[in-house]
Order: sequence, then C-alpha cells, then structure tokens
Amino acid sequence: MNLLSASGIDYGIDGVSILNDIDFHVETGELVGLIGPNGAGKSSLLRLLTGIEKPDRGEIRLEGLSLADISPQQRARTLGYLVQGAQAYWPFSVEKVVGLGRIPYQKWWRQQNDEDRAKVEQAMQVTETLAYRNRIVTTLSGGEQTLVMLARILATENRLILADEPVAALDPYHQLHVMEILRQHASGRRAAVVVLHDLSLAARFCDRLYLLSHGNLNNSGSVSEVLTADNIARVYGVDSQVQCNGKAVSVTPLRRISDHHP
Amino acid sequence: MILQTNDSRLLNAVLLVALLLVLMLAVSNGAVDIDLGKAIGDAWHRQASVESLIFFDIRLPRALLAALVGATLGLAGAALQGLLRNPLAEPGIIGVSNGAALGAVLVFYYGYSAYAWFVLPVAGLTGALLAVLCIFILVGQSRSIITLILAGVAINAIGGALIALALNFAESPYAMQEILFWLLGSVANRSFREVQIALPFMLLGWVMMLYCGRFLNALTLGEDTAKSLGFDVARLRLVLVLGVAASVGAAVSVAGNIGFIGLVVPHLVRPFVGYEPRRLMLASALVGAILLLLADLAVQSLSGTTEMKLGVITSLVGAPFFLLLILKSRNTLQ
Repeated sequence: MNLLSASGIDYGIDGVSILNDIDFHVETGELVGLIGPNGAGKSSLLRLLTGIEKPDRGEIRLEGLSLADISPQQRARTLGYLVQGAQAYWPFSVEKVVGLGRIPYQKWWRQQNDEDRAKVEQAMQVTETLAYRNRIVTTLSGGEQTLVMLARILATENRLILADEPVAALDPYHQLHVMEILRQHASGRRAAVVVLHDLSLAARFCDRLYLLSHGNLNNSGSVSEVLTADNIARVYGVDSQVQCNGKAVSVTPLRRISDHHP
Repeated sequence: MILQTNDSRLLNAVLLVALLLVLMLAVSNGAVDIDLGKAIGDAWHRQASVESLIFFDIRLPRALLAALVGATLGLAGAALQGLLRNPLAEPGIIGVSNGAALGAVLVFYYGYSAYAWFVLPVAGLTGALLAVLCIFILVGQSRSIITLILAGVAINAIGGALIALALNFAESPYAMQEILFWLLGSVANRSFREVQIALPFMLLGWVMMLYCGRFLNALTLGEDTAKSLGFDVARLRLVLVLGVAASVGAAVSVAGNIGFIGLVVPHLVRPFVGYEPRRLMLASALVGAILLLLADLAVQSLSGTTEMKLGVITSLVGAPFFLLLILKSRNTLQ
C-alpha cells in the first residue's frame, strides 16, 4: 500500500536548481535507500518529503492526502525526521531527549502522562539505550547519541521514518545496530527512508534504491538493478567491484576515474 | 536529588511558599513599624488610618511591583535563552528595554511627567512597542535568528544613543538627575496605579511566553527537528518575542532598567529543572520575583540619606555572581 509519494518535484534555493522532476514513492513494509554523491540533493529531497520545506513544483502525498493539507501535528505523528548529525543544545538526560518524541501528542500546558512514559520506555528498550537513560546526552559517544535520537523518533510511533545519513561516522557495530532498527521498523503498516553513503549497507538492508545525481533521478529500482558497476562509474566517478552472493551485494570502490567531472 | 525529577510541581510549590514568605517579609518591613493586623482590619472596615495608608499605599504596591518585575525579568530571560539557545541572552537583547527607557526619558526631558501619573508608563510602553515594530521591520521575511539578534543590538544602540542625547541636552541638572535616577531602576514610591497599568501587559506576555514552552523544548534538537515535530517556527518565534516585549516593556516602563535578574536567574535555576527550557520558565519567574524582593529589602536597609537604587544593587551583586556561575558551569555547557 502506498504510504508516501512524490511526483514531478522541482526545488531550488535562491534561483539555483537543487532537484529536477523527481518521482518518488514508499510502500508500506519497505526500507527505501536514497543514495548519490555529495551535493546530489538527497538531503533536500528528504526535507521536502518531511514537509519542512515546500517544493517549487510537484506534489507530495502522504497516506493519499496532499502533504500541504495535513495539519502539522498530524504530519508530526505520521512522519519522523532524523536530522543529519542531530545534537542536543542543552545538556538533557537521555530519557528527556527521547521524551521529546511525545510532543506531537501533547497539549501546550500538559506534562507527560503514563502512556508517554510507557512509549519512551519502549523506545529506549528497542534501541538498547535504557542502560544510560539518566546520562547527559552530550557526554555520550557518537554511536550512542544516534541511537538516542533514533529512540526519540521511535517514541512518536510514526508510520514513516526519514533518516538523513544516520550511520555516517559510526563504527560497524553501531552502523549495523541502527540499520537493524530501521529494518525492523519498516514492516507491516510502516516504512522507512534512509540516506546512505555506504553502498554495501544500502545493498544489504534496503528493499529499493533511488540513485540521485546533480538533482536528477539517475536510476531507481531493486538493489541489483541500481547498484551496477556501470551506474556507480557514471554517477560517483569511481571504478568499483560489485559482488553478488545470493542476496548479499557488496560494493568496493577501487579507483577514481580520471576524466570524471562531477 | 529530589528536585531533579521530571516533575516541577514540588520545586514550584517550594518556590511559591518561599515567595509568599519573602512578600510577607517585604510588607512588614519599612521605615516605621506598623501593626499589620490593624492595617488590614482598618482597610476591611473602610476606616482610614495611618497603618492602612502605609500598608496599602506604600508597602504593598512596592512589594507587588518588585515581585512582578522580578518574575517578568526571570521569565523573559529564560524564554529568550531558550529561543536563542544561548545562555548569554537577556531580556534587553531584543532592544525593548532601551525602547521603553527612551520613551520614559523623553517624558522627563520635556517635563511631561507632572501632567498625569500615567504619562510615564504609557510613554515607556509606547517606546517598547516602537522598538519591537522597528525590529520586525528590520528582520522582515528573514528566517535567521542572527538577524533578529543583530536588529535588537542595533535598536538598543539607537535607543542608548538617543538617551545619551537627552542627557546631554537636559535643561537643568535637576532634570538630568531625574532621568539618571530613573534609568538606574527602582520600585520605590509606586502606587497601585502603576501595578494596574503594567499588570495586563505582563500577564499577556507571561502567557505568550509559557505557551511556547513545548516549542522551546523541541528547539533543543534544532530548528529542523522542531519543525518536523509540528511547530511553526516562524510563528512561535514571533509569539515569544512579542511576549517578551509586552512584559519587559511594561516592567521597564514602571521600574526602569533593572539588570542581571533576567540573565542570572535562568542560570541559577537550570540545573534544578534538568536544563529543560519549558520547566525553566515558571521556576525562573518565581526565583526572579524572590530575588528582586530580597534586593529591594536590601536597598531599604542599606539606604541612608541617599536612597540606593534597585538596579544598582542587582548589577553590583549580579555581575560577580554571574562570573562565578560561568566558572562553575563552563564544563557542562558547550
């Protein structure tokens, strides 16, 4: 079933075109990967899909309704957005940060109720962050902080999570942990979209991939359709070795192509 | 620590009791000893007496005004520090303090203050309003918070320059002294009329700022995350700034510039509310009220023939204290 769809999206900042004529959709149960070189427009597309920026042209529909017509609160309950390198400005405890995920359900004068506390507890359990619930989030390692931010999103119980490079700068253990949580989330009525630079991780966890290049949709489809040595050479400008072992695809970048001008 | 739980009710209850005690101390303390029971009894029976006159016309308005101004400054400081995510922000940063002060100074300069009791506070409020209007015209459609701060700094500078101009050309040393003393900040010799004119604006401002509490909490994770949590960042920023302007404008209009309460109080309270901007606001209001009442008590007991001004003592104590806080907390704040 279709959860989110975008068609004919154009977007620019100060007259500079960032995205051209993008079509995009997420079905329930899917983990969709958004890949492409730096500056290809991945983050911009994600911001448009969350509704915090508006496209210049084209339409985005969430659960069949135009995103522009959905109330901000309803949108916040349905879509969870994990900002790239999310950090807390004040020294909040872990539990408090995760508790922020309950805001879309709260009135402005209300404190947390039992249901909020239960959801926060559950989100910390799933992300295995219960052990440091009382620690100050800014003192945690990068991997632990990402898990806390992810717990904050899980506490909202969104149908769709949109995560912008959640595994950048994480060690392999935390990379796998974050991807497993997203994979686990993307089942049943729910789904997730994730921006990734690690193509092997994308191949391993995602159901479908969108490959962006200079603001255009270069390719989209299943992992084996998108991640070919040809596509990678054209879009990323590197020669690579793409190995398929049954379902597992691994991509090893080998050398830069000298006449590639990004 | 008990006070560090997620619930502020206990902390706020303790602070409220402390505030009531300090208020009682403030109204029972004065140049002459009076029987408070007799003062209230006489007023109840509508009998004019020296006691009831001293209590209702001198002490109570002064104490109430100190509490209201202190609460406003504490709350506004907490709100602005949350909005700007900067612990150095203080209520004057958006230019409204100097705007209000300029309005009041012009009244003294032209000698209008004798015409009617309300000329001074109304001029102050008008000044504050004009300052805010200027800032929003300057900021325009800009989405950047930096633009807001810079516009505030500019308006503050212009207000300060015009105040200096008024002092420069003040016709008599007496007018100049009047302006200077007023600028130093005080709640002495005020009546219920000042309370009446300031209170509606203060209450309005308080509600507007408290309304932004959840938004300020969400802002801890950045503007984009706050937007994704369903907040209209531009609208709520406007609500908060207007709330600060209304309440601080009213406070400065009746009490002059009183420094450091808005800057120091949120720092003092922050560890007790788990650094949460939303819970910080109400607790800062209560602590601000308590501290300004205590400062006013100190002013009354320290003053000899020349009365010491309230703003002088808050700066005198506040500045070194602020330094101490920074030294203590520099490891917690990034």
